Amino acid sequence: MTETGEPTAEPVRGRRGQRRPRPPVTVLGVLGEVLITAGVLVLLFIGWQLWWNDTYVAGEQSKAAADLSNGWIAEELKARDPKEPAQTPADFGDPVVAEAPGAGKAFAVLYVPRFGAEYHRTIAEGVGVSVLNSTRLGIGHYPDTQMPGEVGNFAVAAHRSAYGGGMHLINELRLGDAVYVQTADGYFTYRFRDLEYVAPTAVAVLAPVPGVPDRAATDAILTLTSCNPLYSTAERIIAYGVFESWQPTSAGPPAELAPIIAAQAKG
Amino acid sequence: MYAALWQILPGPVWLRILILLVLLAGLLLALSTWVFPWVEEIVNNQEATVGGP
Repeated sequence: MTETGEPTAEPVRGRRGQRRPRPPVTVLGVLGEVLITAGVLVLLFIGWQLWWNDTYVAGEQSKAAADLSNGWIAEELKARDPKEPAQTPADFGDPVVAEAPGAGKAFAVLYVPRFGAEYHRTIAEGVGVSVLNSTRLGIGHYPDTQMPGEVGNFAVAAHRSAYGGGMHLINELRLGDAVYVQTADGYFTYRFRDLEYVAPTAVAVLAPVPGVPDRAATDAILTLTSCNPLYSTAERIIAYGVFESWQPTSAGPPAELAPIIAAQAKG
Repeated sequence: MYAALWQILPGPVWLRILILLVLLAGLLLALSTWVFPWVEEIVNNQEATVGGP
């Protein structure tokens, strides 16, 4: 910072060793320095929250999701009769609908190829900070909504930015994009249908028929909720998907998901 | 404030700068390890759900 107003008549430091006259310490000067320091600290915190910690949490959540998925697959392999071949893709009938898990319990892994081949996150029961801000979980299932594959609405929430940013790229989804949900039972394929932007109070998006709370459901819907706009909480962005098919763990993952699962198993 | 800190530090200019850099690194480490996680719990400003807090 240079002093303005007065022209600098001569170099401040004339001879070697000669000290620059120290400016007097004023209350205003100290106050200014304290305020600048406070400002820098706030900026550092925002940078830490949105990038440093976000990246760290994302990595941890991703690892935890891979462990969960690998565990299910290993368990199925162990339980399978080695003489019996793996089930070949066919119609596996109605999907197995799991019981609602206890609060905080991890019960599914979400894969969205549009978010990147390395994208996999754990879905756990509940949408409190203990799930959404966790380094082990990350995506929360709204407790009163349905389970994967069930007729009605399987609704989940995740952060758009910070805490791993599980839904960072939610606005990039295109019609027909696959959204896979893996559970201990198998793989549930949903197809992305549309985005909606709503107020934070719009709980109707969680209804069995989203937006029409009184109607009885006939379709199985997936609902993803997150913040909008990016780095703001003014609105919520909602992504809907429609259930397409189901296959048990023994049948292996759907074709598009297979390389992702294989890469994840390698670590 | 910072001028006084500069005066307190011993040694030639390069040593003072080195000491300051070490101090700064320690400060950043302490902030990201203890202070920022604590602040984050207080200001949870990243709501992602519908239906209120």
